Order: sequence, then C-alpha cells, then structure tokens
Amino acid sequence: MSSTNTSNTPTHHTSTIGSIGTPSRRNTELALLVFAVLIPVFAYANVGLAINEEVPSGLLSYGLGLGLLAGVAHLVVRKFAPYADPLLLPLATLLNGLGLVAIWRLDQSKLLQSIEQAGTAAPRQLLYTAMGIALFIVVLIFLKDHRVLQRYTYISMVGAVFLLLLPLVPGLGQNIYGAKIWISVAGFSIQPGEFAKIVLAIFFAGYLMVKRDALALASRRFLGLYLPRGRDLGPILVVWFISILILVFETDLGTSLLFFGMFVIMLYVATERTSWIVFGLLMSAGGAVGVASFESHVQQRVQAWLDPMKEYTLSRAGQVGHSEQAMQALWAFGSGGTLGTGWGQGHSELIRFAANSDFILATFGEELGLAGIMALLLLYGLIVERGVRTALAARDPFGKLLAIGLSGAFALQVFVVAGGVMGLIPLTGMTMPFLAYGGSSVIANWALIGILIRISDTARRPAPAPASNPDAEMTQVVRPS
Amino acid sequence: MNKPLRRIAIFCGLLILTLLIRDNWLQYAKADDLAGDDENRRVNIARYATPRGDIIVDGKAITGSVESSSGDFKYKRTWTNGAMWAPVTGYSSQAFGANQLEKLEDGILTGNDDRLFFRNTLDMITGKKKQGGAVVTTLNAAAQKAAYEGLGNKKGAVAAIEPSTGKILALVSTPSYDPSKFAGTSGSDEKAWKAVQKENNEDNPMLNRALRETYPPGSTFKVVTAAAALENGEVSGIDDATKTPDPYQLPQTTTDLTNEHGECKNASLRYALMVSCNTVFAKMADNVGNEKMIDQAEKFGFNNDELDTPVRAAESIYPEDNAPQNAMDGIGQASNRATPLQMAMIASAVANDGKLMKPYMVDQLRAANLDTIETTEPQELSQAVSSETAQKLQKMMETVVNDPQGTGGNAKISGATVGGKTGTAQHGLNNSEKPYAWFISYAMVDGNSPVAVAVVVEDGSAVRDDISGGGLAAPIAKDVMKAVIDSKK
Repeated sequence: MSSTNTSNTPTHHTSTIGSIGTPSRRNTELALLVFAVLIPVFAYANVGLAINEEVPSGLLSYGLGLGLLAGVAHLVVRKFAPYADPLLLPLATLLNGLGLVAIWRLDQSKLLQSIEQAGTAAPRQLLYTAMGIALFIVVLIFLKDHRVLQRYTYISMVGAVFLLLLPLVPGLGQNIYGAKIWISVAGFSIQPGEFAKIVLAIFFAGYLMVKRDALALASRRFLGLYLPRGRDLGPILVVWFISILILVFETDLGTSLLFFGMFVIMLYVATERTSWIVFGLLMSAGGAVGVASFESHVQQRVQAWLDPMKEYTLSRAGQVGHSEQAMQALWAFGSGGTLGTGWGQGHSELIRFAANSDFILATFGEELGLAGIMALLLLYGLIVERGVRTALAARDPFGKLLAIGLSGAFALQVFVVAGGVMGLIPLTGMTMPFLAYGGSSVIANWALIGILIRISDTARRPAPAPASNPDAEMTQVVRPS
Repeated sequence: MNKPLRRIAIFCGLLILTLLIRDNWLQYAKADDLAGDDENRRVNIARYATPRGDIIVDGKAITGSVESSSGDFKYKRTWTNGAMWAPVTGYSSQAFGANQLEKLEDGILTGNDDRLFFRNTLDMITGKKKQGGAVVTTLNAAAQKAAYEGLGNKKGAVAAIEPSTGKILALVSTPSYDPSKFAGTSGSDEKAWKAVQKENNEDNPMLNRALRETYPPGSTFKVVTAAAALENGEVSGIDDATKTPDPYQLPQTTTDLTNEHGECKNASLRYALMVSCNTVFAKMADNVGNEKMIDQAEKFGFNNDELDTPVRAAESIYPEDNAPQNAMDGIGQASNRATPLQMAMIASAVANDGKLMKPYMVDQLRAANLDTIETTEPQELSQAVSSETAQKLQKMMETVVNDPQGTGGNAKISGATVGGKTGTAQHGLNNSEKPYAWFISYAMVDGNSPVAVAVVVEDGSAVRDDISGGGLAAPIAKDVMKAVIDSKK
C-alpha cells in the first residue's frame, strides 16, 4: 500500500517525507464493478425463472441500465477522484442492484399488487438510482475538496434543522403509519431525515473541529471521568434536545437515535474523551425511556418488540393501532432457514405494507437465507470499514470527523433497521441503505458515498511533492502581482 | 484522533457482529419453530400447494381438488354432493380449518403422515411432487343416498351399521351444509361459513346429528329394557303374561302412566313391544332396578365418552336415577339420551346375536400409489346380551314389523326379514315441543344381517299428531336397508 507508484505520479522525483503515494486502484474498482453488475443481473434472471419460468424480458435493459450507471460513475471517479477507495462504488452498486432485484421480485406478487404503490416500484427505484448516481457525480465534479464544506458549518446547521422540522409543517408533512418523517411534494414522498443525516454530519464536523480543544481540555476530573464544563455541555444538550423533539413530534425512534448516536461518535473522536460516550449513553437512554413513558406510538413499538405474537393476534382481531408486520418478518426469516427458499420462492409479501422498503431485509432473509443475510451484513460492514479507513487516512481533522460521522451514521442505520426487522430492538421507520425502495434513501446514500469517495481520494492522493532539490526552490521568482 | 477512530471501528464491527449473531439465532436456532408455526401462513401455503388426497366411498372419490385462480393457496378442496357427505367427511377449509375425517386423517390426505415419510423421500429424490394418500371409507353410497333423500327437507339423522363388523354404512344429518361453499378464503366463502354457523342459523346445519347430537330415545329404548328384563330373569318367555296394571302408578309417586293404544294390562313382552306399551316397560325397568338397567345400557354402548369412529361420537347417557325416573328411563322418556348411532348399535347388537361390534367408518388408509398403509380390523365392543336373549329380541322386533297390529309395518321388505321398533319421543317443557319420530331396525337375509339402522326425524313442519316413528321414520329405514340389500346382490 505504501510503496511509491511512479506510474501514477506525474512527476518523477523521490519523496523525502516517506512514500505515501498509493496506486489509484481504478482498474480494481472496474473489475469489482463488473461483478457488482453481473451478480444482480443473474439474480434478476433467477427471479424471472422462479416466478414466471422464463428469463424476464427486461433483463437486457435492466442489465444495460445498471451497467451504464455504474460505468458512468466509474468514469467520473476515474477522472475526478482517481485515488479514491476502490471498494465503495462496487459495494454500493451491488447493494443497489440487489435491492432493485428484490423490489422487482416483490412487484410480481399479486398480493402486493393489490396494495398501493406496489407493482411498479422497480422502474421507479431504477429512476431514483439514476438520480442518486447523478447526485454522486455532481458531488465528485463540483466538490473538488471536501474542506470546502467547512465553510458552510453554520449554514449546514440551519439547513439540517430546517430539513428535520419540515415534516412538522402542516399541509406538507405526512403521517404514515404513525411516524411523521415524510413530506409530500408534487406527489412525491420525501424523507428529509435522510438528507439531514449528511448535512448534520457536515455541521458537526465543522463545529467540533473548531471546538474540540475547548471541549477536550477544559474539564475537571471526577470519579475517573473528565467532566466537561457547564458551558461546553451546551451543544450536546441542544442536539439531545432536538433528538428528543424529533422523537416526540415525529415519533420516530430511529431518526432520533441515529442523529444523537452520530453526534456522540463524532464528539468522542474529536475530544478523545470517553466521558462523552458515557454521557451520551445516559442521555439517550434517559430520553428514550422518558418519551416512551407518554408517547403511545413508541410504547406500541416496544410492545410489538417484546411480544410480536401478541401484537399479531391483536392485529388479526382487527384492533386498530396494531401491526402484524413484526411477527410476519420473523416468520419470513425463520422460513428462510440456512440457505433460503431461493429467489422468488418465498412468501415475504405476507408482510404487506412496506415489504419492499422498511422490511426488505426479510425478503432477503427468506429467499437467500442465513447465508445471504450474513453476506449482506458483511457487505455493509465492508462499506463502514472503508469509511473508517478513510477517516484514518484523512489528513485533516475536518475530513476525519466528516468521514467517521458519515460511516458511523451508516453503521448505526444498518444496525437500527436490521436489528428492528430481526426483532433485536424495537422497529423504527428507517430503511436499509441502498436495498430498500425509496427515493430519498437511495439518493441521499449515493451522495454519502460520493462524499466518502471524495474524502478518500484526498486522503490517498500522493502528498504534494516537495521540491526535488533545494536548488530548484531557489530559482523560483516571486513576482509582485 | 486515530485512537478513538480505531475504537469506533471496533464499535461498528461489534454492531455488525451483534446482527450476525441475532441472524444466526433467528435463521438457524429458531428457524424450525418459526417455519412450522401454525400461525405462519407459509405452513398452509405449502399444505395447499399440492392436491389433497381423496376420501373414497365404494371405490369412487367423493372429494376432489380444484386449482384456484386467486390467492396464495393453490388447490382448494371440493366435494361431490357435499351436503350429503358432510356428516362423514367434515369440512376442510383454507380459511376455517377442518373437522371430522378431513381433520383426523389430515396427515394421510396431505401426505405429511410419518408413515408416508419413506415414500415422500423417494419421491423427492426421483423428482416427483408430494402426493396425498387416500382414505377408504366403509360407507355405502346407495344407503347414504337413500337416507339423505328419505330425510329430504325434514330435520333428522340416519345411522346405519353392518352388524357383523360394525362398518358404518350410512351417516346422514339434515339439514346439512355444503363444505365446498367455504373451502376457500374469498368473501363469498366467509359469507357461506357465517350463514351455517349456529348463531346465525337456527337449524344449525353444522351439527352432525347422527354422531354428535343426543335425543330422548323414546319407545325405541324399550328394546334395551326388554333385554335387561330377559337377561336378569324378570321374564322367562316373551309370550308369558306380565303382572302389569294399566294404568301403572310410577313407584314412590301418585302419577299414573297410561298407554297410547293396545290392551296392555298384563301384556306379554312380545305384545308390549309390538303395540309399544308404556306400562309394561316402565314396570319392567323398575323391577330390574337402576343399577342393572345402567349395566345393560352400558353393554349396548351407553355412558362411553370415547367412542371413536374415528370421529368421536357424543356420549349416550343412561344416568343414575331415582325409582320413578328410572321407570320412565325404561320407556326412553326421562333423563336417558342417545345418539342415532347409539340406537343403530342397539339394533345391530340384536341382529348380530348379541355381539356388539365397534362402529367404524375408515376401512383403509392408502398411499398415493395405492399401497395400503393401514386396514381397520372389526373389533368387538361387548357381548351386549346372550345369543338366546338376542334371538328372543329378534322375534319380538320382527313381530313389531310383521304383525298387522305392529307399529312398524312400514318397514317391511320383500325377500328379507325385518325387525324394528318405533318411537315417538316427547320432549320440551311439559312435552310442549313437537315429538321426535324414531325407528330402529335391522334386516335379515338368509340368516345373516347386512344392515341395522336408526332413523330420527325431528320435524317441526309435520302436524303433531302425524309424527310417529312408524309413519315418518320407518319408511326411511326401509329404503336404507333395501339399498344395502340391493347393493349386495
């Protein structure tokens, strides 16, 4: 990794500060991308053969579409971020492609066709994917250096708060099955929280980079913990309060947990103080328990988690406010077993509402089995790992913080959604990144990958070469302008 | 900043690890429990994915399977003449479960029975789809049809048995229901299901009256009383005069019991049965006593709450009673109650020289390739009466049918000897309800009895005075017996 690669550095001089130049690895990325496109194409053919006993007619256009999108993205990375991490784009493409297959597979279900929105979700998701990759390209072309974002720290804060509060605007916000995290614009449902995740990470990174020394050093030691000064507690209290507000007014446990968790992770990285973790855990636990004590929607989610079978029975008995989804998802996983039923041969459509979005992991669980889910989780783990590696490699604190914030949030989201669907923690209204149906989620996550690729490109770019000999420096002439 | 970054990396790794562990628990450790959960619809989806095995009568399937166009259950159960066969097969509905044979033999019908495991494994290896086996019944299609058509629009039940083996030949209950109407899951299925539920339908068509309903047996019970009297030596000859006053004052009371017709004072047992004297049999039951009456009734199958055909029959009851009640029990008008199947068993034991065979309706269980998995062997339930007593009872019952004065003349069949007993059971508060018409009988051809039958008609539409065992029930019994005799030729 750390050997000098002369073919990629335009000037042929030896570095005096150690070899940090890395190979660009663009060809590795291209090879991986071929697999990332071929695997979903095979899966797509598999679904068609299993359900209709013929190769689906859209196979060629689907394969070309995904291949074209991936190819364009690759070319843009090659041109504008040549040193970027080679795994991020193929991983995102693979997950996105498999998600499309699962959504198309659920589109074939007669049961889901009788429910709104289903039946035509896959073409829309392909459109969202195209939009997401377009945004990814825009990020890479126009964001030449991620440090530019630092300038927008406080605008980001305002923007994030604005996005988070949008669903509460009367007439704009939508209450879908209890959670108010959607807005409706021109017939499209948008989840502003998905975008707020990125904007908030930018704000936190910018803010913490400036304040980290004050937060880290000005503290008193008490019981082995470094207690921050009262006024330094301010920001964490504000973020905590906003998270609680989200929980109370938008009744969404997941979004709330995600933002607070992301902040605590970034705070810890910025200050290197374990005490923040302890504070963060105490505050989130206290906040969640406090809100759950009076918010019936949250209580119901917790009940459904503790006893999904009872919830199923109540829902079957026609009681309003109960949902059989949690139990249906568990049955889907259980029925899949070790190897799964195979594409198109499960019955995850029984989950009905949100089977192709919040609960899409259950379809993978049933049809690809334990093996498939473990593979998927490892793919997600790999994305997070590449993100953390990017943070480690980044040379500037802002880049480090932004990279760890985005990857940490990604990891938390995967945990909260997968844990919820698998009954490990209460269900929340979030979606699996890239896999699940939903425009906001796909577009925002492509932007997230775009930013990570930008940071990794900067981090892995060979250091600007010092002059090859001191004499050369002497010859430079400083001209007055 | 790299030290906390590494720690966060470990933290993220732990999050993924937790998910992996949870997934292993869910999809490996708990997978079988979840996959086989009764509430998990996939269990039923798999169950209806292949055509269900058939229930067979006289070599022909009375059930079938049809591929349904909607929903996730592929094959739906159908029945040929479902309303007629429902008391035998029961129902098997995708939405409402199953009962009777459809439920009890479900393992064979779906092919999930352990005894089919080897064949299924073989089929799986050779790439064949799993197939359900067949349930071959003992029923006689002609007898069933005669009974069903005989009851027609009337409310009632018929049970017919082959006395020498206990094979059930007919089992009819009316009004009935067509299980085909609610075999699926659609809205019309639900409507049809609701329409036949007890709370929505006062006729209660889902009730299997032949097996699961008990009635006051009325005068048909006099056969049991006569058996008890003969077995316990209360009378020695069936033509000997009994010391019976008319009217007869019930023991320990001032209530007089009278007769509907005939000269019943000191009448012989044969005459008393022929014209259905109440006084003679009430006194006889009192003479025998409650304990021995119970003994005799139990030998005929009463007070048995585990009579499985394999569909369990309701328990017919002869209770411990005080003397006046016991006397009334002797003419089937007190607290003793019996199912139509039980009354058929009484006629059957008499016809089979006193030996009571256990009634059953599943002859064979077969695999899809026609291999026999299990055959039911006839089983003796008890020696209800000695063969001498049985022959005396036969003579008495044959007099009921053959004597011009007898009440059972309507059951006569040319070419066969028929023995029977009528009954008109009063019920309701102060006998206010319309009575039940009963008839139990057997037929003899060349010294062997191919069939014993019990018919009950609880007909609200008939004029009260017209309701009698001989008038309403005997013609049906005759048709059923004739159908069995004809089918043996």
